[in-house]
Amino acid sequence: MTDAILEIEGLEKTYADGFSALKGIDLSIREGEIFALLGPNGAGKTTLINIICGIVNLSKGSVRAAGHDVVRDFRKTRSMIGLVPQELSTDSFESVIATMKFSRGLFGKPPNPAHLEQVLKDLSLWDKRNNKIITLSGGMKRRVLIAKALSHEPRILFLDEPTAGVDVELRHDMWKMVHGLRERGVTIILTTHYIEEAEEMADRIGVINKGSLIVVEDKEVLMRRLGKKQLTIRLGAPMSALPDTLVSPDVELSEDGTTLVYTYDSQKEENGICDLLKGLTDLGLEFADLQSKESSLEEIFVQLVREEKTA
Amino acid sequence: MNWYGVRAIYRFEMNRTFRTISQSLIAPVLSTSLYFVVFGTAIGNRVGDIDGVSYGAFIIPGLVMLSLLSESVSNASFGIYLPQWTGTIYELLSAPVSYLEAVLGYVGAATTKSVMIGALILATARLFVPYEIEHPVWMLGFLFLTAVSFSLLGFIIGLWADDFQKLQIVPVMVLTPLTFLGGAFYSIEMLSPTWQKIALLNPVVYLISGFRWSFYGISDVNVYVSLGAISGFLFVGLAAVWWVFKTGWKLKK
Repeated sequence: MTDAILEIEGLEKTYADGFSALKGIDLSIREGEIFALLGPNGAGKTTLINIICGIVNLSKGSVRAAGHDVVRDFRKTRSMIGLVPQELSTDSFESVIATMKFSRGLFGKPPNPAHLEQVLKDLSLWDKRNNKIITLSGGMKRRVLIAKALSHEPRILFLDEPTAGVDVELRHDMWKMVHGLRERGVTIILTTHYIEEAEEMADRIGVINKGSLIVVEDKEVLMRRLGKKQLTIRLGAPMSALPDTLVSPDVELSEDGTTLVYTYDSQKEENGICDLLKGLTDLGLEFADLQSKESSLEEIFVQLVREEKTA
Repeated sequence: MNWYGVRAIYRFEMNRTFRTISQSLIAPVLSTSLYFVVFGTAIGNRVGDIDGVSYGAFIIPGLVMLSLLSESVSNASFGIYLPQWTGTIYELLSAPVSYLEAVLGYVGAATTKSVMIGALILATARLFVPYEIEHPVWMLGFLFLTAVSFSLLGFIIGLWADDFQKLQIVPVMVLTPLTFLGGAFYSIEMLSPTWQKIALLNPVVYLISGFRWSFYGISDVNVYVSLGAISGFLFVGLAAVWWVFKTGWKLKK
């Protein structure tokens, strides 16, 4: 296990209007990992990021980056953190390269044209470096925001909804870039609505809802722990009702009587598939097709948030 | 100190100035030239000398102040208002830049621009009216201190404003009237005794008077009173900015 680069303890945020956006967050991010923060709209994802980056004041608790407090030692922490915000806020009339130079300077780094060139090339922006930002498409503007955040060589990179409203090609480019950054040792924390994205990229996943972290888990573990598998059996001939020997809360017969759906826990050794198939054979029932499917992170997520609601 | 950060802000702001050069530099020079044509040449010939100075020359310091005050306020207020409006302020807030450094960058650039405009207006005036500057060091001092003080004021207005209209209220509704009534085009002595007393409540009177003294050695109030007044404005501006940043007023939630 690697050392924690970000330590959040008892973090609370109550806005001036009394809205409590974060209710006691404890979270530790390991150096070099990709951490995905999932949660519905208004769950507190952006507030959490904004506090760490210094855009919003915290109400209670503490945040440390590489051992430095983000309030007391803001110079040290902010210079190692890069932020790609959710909104496409850009200086429309500046050129791409000018706005990157501005970012690098703002973060206290001496000029380094070679580094900026590399970042621009990695993001396929080199050809557009002298274009005014206003002339770029939405996807290109998103790249500019990433380029700005990378211009000052951050150790920790926040990507707040990096692929919202972005086409498939750019999304895949972005995934590639994120993996490349991780190889160079950059810690990445991303928020997303696309669960597919977290599934594809993240090492660990945190789910936040109504200002509280519901779960923080390795992606694999989370998917195994909460993942359900389903076996769909298409029958050779339709039947009107389930035979008595097969009746169980986990077995369902479709309305037209042509398919059986068996839900089982993928973690259990004894998953009951053998018994079910044996039961079918014993009854002399033929089946045309078998298909098994694992629940996606999306289903897990919806389930978690729903549980939270009813709890 | 994050000097790279200060430099980045300063450069960014100066780039904005040069990108919009017709609006930021040419417009004030053009409007001042019109004042010279109308007041200095056309009407001025019939007004006669004031305290031994031709009317055309007499109005120069006031005209410079008129532009200096409104340009300092509008430029500094726009500089810090714009990123809040477009949302790019996130970057400044997330950067390792202290409040002092942000003020140095923004107010420094606004001051530079104002001083440039002042110098351009003086150069333009030379084309219309011959004039001498008796106390050039004092002149530069007043020019600089006024530009800094009112850029600070503009910075605060830019933080306070939440729409474009509010940005314009102070320069248009407060500063321009105060400058016109503050002796830009006449000597306070020309007013009735009662109005003279009322005029002394107008802070701009002290600025114009001191500035004019640095040109021609004539003034409505003692030059040290003027110096005290401008130092007072600077102090108020600094105190206000210090308070704004101490409380994080309007910038951070």
